[in-house]
Amino acid sequence: MQRKAVALISGGLDSMLAVKVVQEQGIHVEGINFFTGFCVEGHTHAIRKKDRKKPKRNNALWVAEQLGIKLHIIDIVEEYKEVVFNPKYGYGANLNPCLDCKIFMVKKAREWMEAHGFDFIITGEVVGQRPKSQRRDTMPVVQRDSGIGDLLLRPLCAKNLPPTLPEREGWVDREKLYDFSGRTRKPQMALARRFGFEDYAQPAGGCCFLTDEQYSVKLQDLWQARGDKQYEMDDIMLLKVGRHIRPSPEFKLIVSREEGEGKFLQGYRNQYPSLKTVSHAGPLALIDGTMDEEQLELAARIVARYSQGKNAPEVELEYRDTGGASRTLKVAPLPPHELKKEWVL
Amino acid sequence: MSRYVLDCRRLLCPMPVIRVQDRIAELEPGDELEAVCTDPGVLQDIPAWCRINAHEVLEVREENDEYILRIRVGEEE
Ligand code: SF4
Repeated sequence: MQRKAVALISGGLDSMLAVKVVQEQGIHVEGINFFTGFCVEGHTHAIRKKDRKKPKRNNALWVAEQLGIKLHIIDIVEEYKEVVFNPKYGYGANLNPCLDCKIFMVKKAREWMEAHGFDFIITGEVVGQRPKSQRRDTMPVVQRDSGIGDLLLRPLCAKNLPPTLPEREGWVDREKLYDFSGRTRKPQMALARRFGFEDYAQPAGGCCFLTDEQYSVKLQDLWQARGDKQYEMDDIMLLKVGRHIRPSPEFKLIVSREEGEGKFLQGYRNQYPSLKTVSHAGPLALIDGTMDEEQLELAARIVARYSQGKNAPEVELEYRDTGGASRTLKVAPLPPHELKKEWVL
Repeated sequence: MSRYVLDCRRLLCPMPVIRVQDRIAELEPGDELEAVCTDPGVLQDIPAWCRINAHEVLEVREENDEYILRIRVGEEE
């Protein structure tokens, strides 16, 4: 009877190798990829015009195609919030809850495995590869808290770990698995050469925006401004776009940096009031929060500062509310020294 | 054979792919689905997803900044 494994596919090299290793042992593998909303794949390239010329592939899909396996992409945006709000094991260097994230994903994969009659799960994890989620002492935590127990096989480092059920039952031959450990990438690269894999993605740091310092600062600011750790899909998407400037606790501006972003932000004008320069070419800015007349003037002066009219005595802007009603403002662009550094997130 | 339309406007990848995937799961082999998208990323991602899962992209057109992909649902394995 052919055994079936479901593999967690991130789009990086490690999960690709892990799949190939068990495929070579005659196991039927299908991939599962989780979309948390914070994934690095896609998004920013779709938004920024300058990146558009170079088409960006989705690495998880690409990996699946190279391996000849099906890929199931699962939207976990809503459920994942709990992981981000309240990680039992805390955050990493930034707002990345890596250990909780791993546990959550393995748990979801387990549910999928049970619903689809698969036998076990494989991941591309390597002991000691990541500071928190892939340590010798945290790996058993993933197995325990996700409920998967010894149905989780990590082909790249299996020989450093106790034998799992698929090994004990002889579904896979432990001798043909690997003993990689530590942060070095050399064994992975050698194995990739052996399999003839080229052009694979080498993600630096992590697989999602939560490992990004700049991004984490903006998310923290959002939580602080709202008074709780809430976010919607639009919020976390907008954190990837434009300059975020908070001159006061009540509001922030999201100012486009180029045409592609301007066009993208335009799609949000019915959800957020906006400012756009009209006398000079310039950015579109969304206003997140509430403001009085004086603050609106300051906001307009900031936006004017990023327009072609930054050195002009006066710039004309259009303020548009979410209902589409608009009016004109005339302001002097804010001189650079008045734009406080701490406003820029 | 039935034809369906799926609105994926304003969704960014991989959301359009997920919507197409989940919709196709409800359709019969031979049915056609037209996905109307605005993220140009779908021009790579939806065909890639279809290739892996044995569905066929019959047509790709661009109309007023929208990308429309017509997909024929493949046979179950
Ligand atoms: S980098 Fe992001 S997606 Fe990857 S394990 Fe950490 S929290 Fe999860």
